Amino acid sequence: MTEPPAPGHPPATVATGPSADPSTMKIVPVRHPWRWVASAVILVIVAMLVNTLLFSHVVRGQTREGRFQWGVVGHYLFAPSVLRGIVVTLELTVIAMVAGVVIGIILAVMRLSPNRLLSGSAWVYIWFFRGTPVLVQLFFWYVGISYLYPHLTFGASIALPHYTVHLPFWQGLWTVNSTTLVTSFLAGALGLSLNEGAYMSEIVRAGIISVDDGQTEAAASLGMTKGLTMRRIVLPQAMRVIIPPTGNETISMLKTTSLVSTIAVVELFQATQNISNTNYEIVPLLLVASLWYLFFTSVLTVGQYYVERYYARGSTRALPPTPFQQLRASLTHVRVRPQPALAEVPWVAPHE
Amino acid sequence: MVEARSVHKAYGRLEVLKGIDMTVQRGEVLCLIGPSGSGKSTFLRCINHLEKIDGGELSVDGELVGYRQVGNRLHELKDREVCGKRSEIGMVFQRFNLFPHMSVLDNITSGPVWVKRAPSGPSKERARQLLDRVGLADKVAAYPNQLSGGQQQRVAIARALAMDPKLMLFDEPTSALDPELVGDVLDVMRSLADEGMTMIVVTHEIGFAREVGDTVVFMDGGVVVEQGDPTEVLTSPKHERTQAFLAKVL
Repeated sequence: MTEPPAPGHPPATVATGPSADPSTMKIVPVRHPWRWVASAVILVIVAMLVNTLLFSHVVRGQTREGRFQWGVVGHYLFAPSVLRGIVVTLELTVIAMVAGVVIGIILAVMRLSPNRLLSGSAWVYIWFFRGTPVLVQLFFWYVGISYLYPHLTFGASIALPHYTVHLPFWQGLWTVNSTTLVTSFLAGALGLSLNEGAYMSEIVRAGIISVDDGQTEAAASLGMTKGLTMRRIVLPQAMRVIIPPTGNETISMLKTTSLVSTIAVVELFQATQNISNTNYEIVPLLLVASLWYLFFTSVLTVGQYYVERYYARGSTRALPPTPFQQLRASLTHVRVRPQPALAEVPWVAPHE
Repeated sequence: MVEARSVHKAYGRLEVLKGIDMTVQRGEVLCLIGPSGSGKSTFLRCINHLEKIDGGELSVDGELVGYRQVGNRLHELKDREVCGKRSEIGMVFQRFNLFPHMSVLDNITSGPVWVKRAPSGPSKERARQLLDRVGLADKVAAYPNQLSGGQQQRVAIARALAMDPKLMLFDEPTSALDPELVGDVLDVMRSLADEGMTMIVVTHEIGFAREVGDTVVFMDGGVVVEQGDPTEVLTSPKHERTQAFLAKVL
């Protein structure tokens, strides 16, 4: 259908006519001038940042020195006390997250239970621990416990009018002084774990709810008990929903551990504080702490990525490239092709 | 094999089953047809206690579903006991419900290995045989999402068969499939019927019901309207409601 040229206009040129072959024509891409402007602005800002971080100087007192004192930072970056602080920070993070996940799973299953007492008590736990600041909780475990219960007794005893009935099977009950038992580290680990459990339970519950009811029914029809179904069918699938926010929580926990410095635990932040308290190099030591926190959150971010890939088995036909593959691709400008979900499983056409 | 007497079931005020009487003999293939909302699927789910009945009596192989009779009392079965009973009844769902995080082989061995605690070697061998039987021997290592609907449903049948069930329940097994994939699934079901498996099939495949069914039951509004020989019920239905339904479906 070619329209005749309008009267008064010259006939269309040959290039736009129907006889021209589009596959041989030159393609003119759309220009994006504002992208260049934005790039230039960002480049200037980056240059200023690099300059102030690395090359600028400042006069403090009588001496002129580098603004950020990277030499001092480097000197303390691997100081033994800082490294000891890192170990404590990592220990607290691991303990709090492992305990938090375990408590979270238990609470989530309790909350989903048809038993009102179970779901109600889980609700109260979450209400309390989410409703009070973790800093206040930490102080409570550190000073509150030994104030309220100066002597902790293991086992139970029931005081009747004339007797005291000791329930454990050996004669003497094991009683300890609270302050010797609840050390500052234990108080910190306890406080962080119990608080984290409340948050994790909501994450786990969201994961469990996200699994289709048909899965539970199919498992039931095979004769699986509720416990087996939860362990083998529901939780592995819930993991896909649980992992990303849990990674978030882990990164958040790594930084939240710095709060235990307030209850006399010498972790990374307190270790750097102790140094700067004696040599007054406050900012460089803040940088030492920050660099280490950044390093470990970066490690966690990459770790989370691989855990997510593992639990994506069977859920997607293709997995996104790993950060390493992405980096390589952006360097070589070659597009990374999506991989099959599992190396040994070839992609299968969706239709017979 | 299955004996239902005046089975009632209600969700709140909504009565879904209003007194179902039905008998399924060993080796019989019974097809349940009827409009949606007529209670067919609900009744099927009552048979393996995925739903609890509110009244009447339902027994499989001479044993009450979900209860144990002691003298004059009915004791509710514990979770573990219910699971034991369910493991003897295979069920195939409309939406397949394969476990997406497990390979096809693991899907099939999940029941024998986890529930019956069968050794994994022979269970895998058996799973391969079952896959071969449903025509999917080459999909052992595939994941459910890599299969078409028809393939998934055949894996689901193999998964149910791996438990050596004495009764198979099919809940609209072909309703979620592309028309061209229905045939493969029906072929597998037909061969099962030929081997003498006792089957209750909720279906909209009137042709399958006529050809394979020993009995056809037409349900509507929570009651059995008409039942009997497939050719009789499907070609010369006595009830007006059955006639109207078949006129629409055929």
